[in-house]
Amino acid sequence: MKKTRREFLRTAGLVSALTLIGSETALASEGVVANPNAVGMLYDSTLCVGCKACVTSCKRVNDMDAAPAPFDNDRIWDAPSDLDWRTRNIIKLHKEEDGTFAYVKRQCMHCVKPACVSACPVAAMQHDERGIVVYDKNICIGCRYCQVACPFTIPKFEWPEALPKIVKCDLCKHTNLKQKGLPACCETCPTQAVIFGKRTDLLTEAKRRINLHPEKYENAVYGEKEIGGTNVLYLAPANIEFEDLGLPTLPEESFAAASEKVQHTIYKGFIAPVALYGFLALVALKNKNRLKDNHQADKHEEKEGE
Amino acid sequence: MSHHDEFSVHKEKIFTPAFFALLSLTLVGFYFIAVRFIYGIGAVANLSDGYPWGLWIVYDVATGTALACGGYAMAIIIYIMNNWHYHPLIRSAMLTSLFGYGLAGFSVMVDLGRYWNSYNFFIMDRWQTNSVMFEVALCVMLYNIVLAIEVSPAILERLVHSDRERFAKAKRFARWIYPKLDKVLIFFVVLGITLPSMHQSSLGSMLIIAGTKLSPIWHTWLLPLLFLINCIYIGYSMVIFEATLSSMAFKRPQETEQIAGLSKVIPWLTALWLGVRFIDLYTRGYLGEAFSGSFLSWMFIAEVTFICLGAHILMWPKFRTSPRMTFLAALMLALGGAWYRFNVYLIGYNPGDQWTYFPALPEFMITVGLISFEILGYVVLVKLFPFMPKVHDSSASSH
Repeated sequence: MKKTRREFLRTAGLVSALTLIGSETALASEGVVANPNAVGMLYDSTLCVGCKACVTSCKRVNDMDAAPAPFDNDRIWDAPSDLDWRTRNIIKLHKEEDGTFAYVKRQCMHCVKPACVSACPVAAMQHDERGIVVYDKNICIGCRYCQVACPFTIPKFEWPEALPKIVKCDLCKHTNLKQKGLPACCETCPTQAVIFGKRTDLLTEAKRRINLHPEKYENAVYGEKEIGGTNVLYLAPANIEFEDLGLPTLPEESFAAASEKVQHTIYKGFIAPVALYGFLALVALKNKNRLKDNHQADKHEEKEGE
Repeated sequence: MSHHDEFSVHKEKIFTPAFFALLSLTLVGFYFIAVRFIYGIGAVANLSDGYPWGLWIVYDVATGTALACGGYAMAIIIYIMNNWHYHPLIRSAMLTSLFGYGLAGFSVMVDLGRYWNSYNFFIMDRWQTNSVMFEVALCVMLYNIVLAIEVSPAILERLVHSDRERFAKAKRFARWIYPKLDKVLIFFVVLGITLPSMHQSSLGSMLIIAGTKLSPIWHTWLLPLLFLINCIYIGYSMVIFEATLSSMAFKRPQETEQIAGLSKVIPWLTALWLGVRFIDLYTRGYLGEAFSGSFLSWMFIAEVTFICLGAHILMWPKFRTSPRMTFLAALMLALGGAWYRFNVYLIGYNPGDQWTYFPALPEFMITVGLISFEILGYVVLVKLFPFMPKVHDSSASSH
């Protein structure tokens, strides 16, 4: 037993060293990579009048069901109170104690480093060359890990369906964006509260507005850096926190990148599992052979004893 | 590695009252599973967009597989730490593991929303290797196969040593394959140690991406290490639990010696786990939060207390040889260890105040039904095939 322990420790040390070296050199940069071609939206809460035309046009373009109010059993009227499997885009109202209020548009943030894309085991969530995060129901297995991963809890699931799918904003990639060059919400908005464009341009525009009217805005662009940045950017009215609008306070660190880093450190090139297997196999075989030798020695002794 | 003299069939009646009780619960569970497939997940579960994972994933998969880590833990102590003293326990441990992991796999198939697309796991083009869940899924599937192979010698042995004429073809096949399997089994045993090391730690890694939705009391990049150590001490605890229960239920002598040995190992593992846990909390600056008196801090204290209590009991030599005390300790350790996993996956997970979750009754009955099915399968198989350690007069222990 003593010999085995020494050998065990020696081999363990060697294998660990090899694995570390192997994984160090193989560490890819899973970090957040800026995409110069990224497109997105800029939502300026100070311009939004809460008409909800964007909610209607989104449903029309994407052929979605009405989300009835609790008293409306006939489902005559689409009155969603939150995003769900029937509602990809919604306007919410935030009221402060002193009577001031602000609207906020909620939909998929099309993150620069989307957690849903990182989490999906079968690549049903993908982001394309323009940074648009799209869902493919033909691949999706419905595991709902994307829901766990998204810091904004955006992907919604068709809970009442026997054959459910995930639902979320896809920037009208296959519909309005393809046919008319911009998402339906941006096309419809009467006050241009939400506009479409390249992320770099939108960020510049957002900062321009803050500089031009610093008394009108919170001095920050939400989505510039949060969890590595999002392609949908937000401007809030002065003295109203983004958190009050329902936009969660998030660190600059991307958790998707962190998760990938941990996974790659352990498994890159599959070196560690193979090394572990090899090491364990050597030890187990040696132990098994020693056991066989002991058994044969015992039998031998028994025979001699007779 | 023929172990004809080491294991025996537990020759008792199969159709006992317990059998029928378990069968009833199983049938209720399967009824609700049918409802799930006909009417959708929303018809049986209280899951929501805020809480997409509930009892089935948190218990059946994340916790249940840890409770099924007996086979893994025993394989390490026998084949790697070279302690063949424990070998009599290996088959029943492997069978428990097979059913535990089978339960997890079955639960996943019930939980998946678009289950008909699950063949995508076998198409390399679709492999999204950055996903922690991808690795867990493949690893668990493979491990289920390995467990089936590891359990097969017991099944084959009954066919091999049978004198009767029935099932002649099967017996001929069994006699042909048994010696071949015997030669290569060790390679599957080693795979059965490698694979759980991978997916049990990754079950922890899975929640790293949840980020700020998981309370900082639990969210750490050390989740994989904590989940790995956790599954090993839970594994040994479950071996003690299952061995004690089997001896009682089947009126066989307790495996006091082996249990005492395992009891000696466990406190070292829990000490390591607690060390990592506390040092991690301290370096991240959340030790204060963990003892702040909030609801979550009480959940933390619960998980740690049960683990400490269980380990503490096993530190006394007198208690290590007492079936009652070791059983109690094993129960506490399994409870504390499971509480930890529940904390990470569910209790410490907060998607926002507009969502709450508590399992619905049909949801709960599906889990109960699957667990009953698991126990039923175990009890029937140990009565048909040589899984239980053979009762030798020399090692019979007094209570």
